[in-house]
Amino acid sequence: MLLIECPWCGPRDEQEFGYGGEAHIARPAKSAALDDAAWADYLFHRTNPKGLHFERWWHARGCRRWFNVARDTVSHEILAVYRIGEARPDIADGDR
Amino acid sequence: MVETVLRQSPLSTCHPEVGALAEIGEAGAALRERPYRTKVNLRGDAADKAFLKAVAGATGIELPLEPNRTAVIERQFGPVATLWLGPNEWLFTGAPDQAAALVEALDGALIGRHAAVNDLSGSRTTIELSGPRHLDLLAKGCALDLDLAAFPVGACAQTHIARALVILHRTAEDRVEIHVARSFAEYLWLWLLDAGAEYGVVTLAGAP
Repeated sequence: MLLIECPWCGPRDEQEFGYGGEAHIARPAKSAALDDAAWADYLFHRTNPKGLHFERWWHARGCRRWFNVARDTVSHEILAVYRIGEARPDIADGDR
Repeated sequence: MVETVLRQSPLSTCHPEVGALAEIGEAGAALRERPYRTKVNLRGDAADKAFLKAVAGATGIELPLEPNRTAVIERQFGPVATLWLGPNEWLFTGAPDQAAALVEALDGALIGRHAAVNDLSGSRTTIELSGPRHLDLLAKGCALDLDLAAFPVGACAQTHIARALVILHRTAEDRVEIHVARSFAEYLWLWLLDAGAEYGVVTLAGAP
């Protein structure tokens, strides 16, 4: 069980949160002009790394805010929590 | 607003007024329903000073901006507590039948602003849990740190107890208010009675 620090509410049990997949995936500006491969890449293809992963979480059973988490997918260690709209923190996979 | 002659608390079958225990005595914890209490939800932009000023002007309430904190003001009919629910969301709670006046005051002050006011009094009921062992009881179903140091008087939180979504509000050192959706109220009441059996939990007569 993870203890996730909501940027507003502070540390809360993982059960209060929903997982929202990989973060920082921008919708293509001219989506109508994309071919099928590029559209599928945007919709479905994710990095799925072993190690550092930037991802979105939702405090579903608390303040209902979305935010970003930097998490190690091997150890589950949470390395950073930051609000939607804030820049991706400067963390590299080899920092730990 | 529901006609008062028709309305029925979701816990009306759980705490018979006749024969209910009058006081907590030696019991480790006590449950009491506070039915029909006013609950008004407000959405708006906390960064908008004019919005905060309009709310304060209409109601006298300074909205709490610190997460999971409440602000309480005294009114003729008793205290009105304002609970922080999110960075753009608050819940006012108070004595029964005050929602219409509160909504009217807020609606008038917020005309033309990006804000929403909703009377949610019927959506939830309130269970007051008190007594020396009430935190031990809650710990069985709630992962939140509710120790006085972490959750002092005036703190509030949205979380869940035994899988039921609730809003918790510590109103005194020895008690918390649990605002729970009416469809979950009976389940939570019975769960609290079951979990509190080892502490000798008692039920007190409901009172708004």
